[in-house]
Amino acid sequence: MAGENGYIVDVKELTKKFGNFIANDRLTFNVSPGEIFGFLGANGAGKTTAIKILCGLSSPTSGEATIAGYNVYRETEKIKQNIGYMSQQFSLYEDLTVYENFRFYGGIYGLSRKVIRKRTEELLHELNMEKVKNRVIHSLPLGWKQKLAFSVAIIHQPKLIFLDEPTSGVDPITRRQFWEMIYKTAQDGITVFITTHYMDEAEYCGRVSIMAEGKIKAIGSPNDLKSQYDAHNMNDLFIKLVRN
Amino acid sequence: MKRFFGFVTKEFYHIFRDVRTILILFGMPIAQILIFGYVITNEIKDVNIAVLDHSKDEVTREITDKLLSSGYFILNKKLETNDQIQEEFEKGDIREVIIFGDNFARKLQKEKAADVQIITDASDANTANLVRNYTQAIINDYVKEKNATILQPARLVPEIRMLFNPELKGTYMYVPGTMAMILMLISAMMTSITIAREKEMGTMEVLLVSPLRPAQIILGKVAPYVMLSFANAVSIIVLGYFVFGVPVQGSLVLLLAESLLFITLALSLGILISTVSTGQQMAMFISMFALMLPTILLSGFIFPIENMPEILQWLTLIMPPRWFITIIKNIMVKGTGLLFVWKETLILVGITLVFIVLSVRNFKIRLE
Repeated sequence: MAGENGYIVDVKELTKKFGNFIANDRLTFNVSPGEIFGFLGANGAGKTTAIKILCGLSSPTSGEATIAGYNVYRETEKIKQNIGYMSQQFSLYEDLTVYENFRFYGGIYGLSRKVIRKRTEELLHELNMEKVKNRVIHSLPLGWKQKLAFSVAIIHQPKLIFLDEPTSGVDPITRRQFWEMIYKTAQDGITVFITTHYMDEAEYCGRVSIMAEGKIKAIGSPNDLKSQYDAHNMNDLFIKLVRN
Repeated sequence: MKRFFGFVTKEFYHIFRDVRTILILFGMPIAQILIFGYVITNEIKDVNIAVLDHSKDEVTREITDKLLSSGYFILNKKLETNDQIQEEFEKGDIREVIIFGDNFARKLQKEKAADVQIITDASDANTANLVRNYTQAIINDYVKEKNATILQPARLVPEIRMLFNPELKGTYMYVPGTMAMILMLISAMMTSITIAREKEMGTMEVLLVSPLRPAQIILGKVAPYVMLSFANAVSIIVLGYFVFGVPVQGSLVLLLAESLLFITLALSLGILISTVSTGQQMAMFISMFALMLPTILLSGFIFPIENMPEILQWLTLIMPPRWFITIIKNIMVKGTGLLFVWKETLILVGITLVFIVLSVRNFKIRLE
């Protein structure tokens, strides 16, 4: 289910101020269900502030935004129930086993024991990791943890998942595999909202927006943007937009 | 409620899978109560002394025997000359030399006065004082007994009664003090560390994005520590009773209720510390420095508050352990009820509320 006009993320003139500092300046964009949306920008461009608002963690100063049809001012509880979140720190408990992590995160989203068991089996089966179900997280390699963290983040079958630099510090092969997971998830109808500093990854996104100084400088598919700004690749484009 | 239960279960996994946490939670309280109970004491026992007896008569022998049979002193050496005194003290084996002048018995009978000199090793001033007092008391006692048979001028003899703790046992003071210190340290330190750990690992972010409310997250993290700290409080009371003979004269229910209040206070302080620290290390350092020293020094636990400079006395007013120690000493040793400690109880409730309000405010600021 998405908002009135069919968008899962629908943002109009969203502004967030901290005193005199404008962290987000009239952001306007939308994301359709099943899309892979890249949210790019240099450090300090205001990405984190925007994501916090979209996750229901803080309120905007002005403007409008709905997530899965729910208002970011008034319906944060419902937003939280319908989104997943994964950060670069992977957010698994190192001293718990794989299954205990699934059970815990499933539990805080209010899933029943039976559903948690079923979802865990499904997700581990997809990853081919049934054997590590009872292994403690800290004994697993980084790439595995990353994939498990992603699975944990979608255990409650959210409509939208926020991935905040999920591939930092991971080797290229694992990154490649991780993107395969992202594609599969998007095919299953879960919208992916991802931030990254790797410009080759930006090419994998359906559409990207590029932020600088609190504003969205450009938005569109990677190919359209490249031709529009006469850039050879995303790296080139990013530097052009962020410099000016 | 089910979500909350799952959260608490997870917290118990963290606790029971970490050897260090287990040691701090259960090993430290027991070790500390035993150490404080046995080591820090104002009583003396088996102090090594030497005697230099110039007259070696019946009276001096009797006094020496009386000293040695008291249990406080052990005769390390009998000296023969004055030159040996300095030498013995320098060796450091003895703490006191008692010197009887010559013709002691005869002088006592004839002139009603004889010379005893007490020399103590004052490099440790407290012990020196204690040793001197004990020696003096025993000798006076002896003289009094003797005088009963001899005619004596009228004298004022105050009769002394030590209320509540007639044997002046140090543990009556140290068990309540240690209890306050342990509950404060464990509850506040452990909660601040466990919350700081979630922040450091990045799991706090995920929890905040989940449908759990911040209050649920905090309560879920704190609940296991309430239970474990309470178990600690009970084991300290039990240890105090069976090992050190510290009684619970008043109501046990009131004692436990007050302990629970103090635990709540310490936990809310722990939450406050976690909201201002960025990681586990910082939380630990703040807990150690902000809690350990004031609890020991400014709570009246070891050093009497009345003897402090006025500024420090004012400072003790905001030290929660000060009030808690007063409360539990009242209940355990004096056997008084809530009627006598309601003021202290209200102060603790007030401080707890302040901590909670500050934590909630800090938590919100961080969310922004």
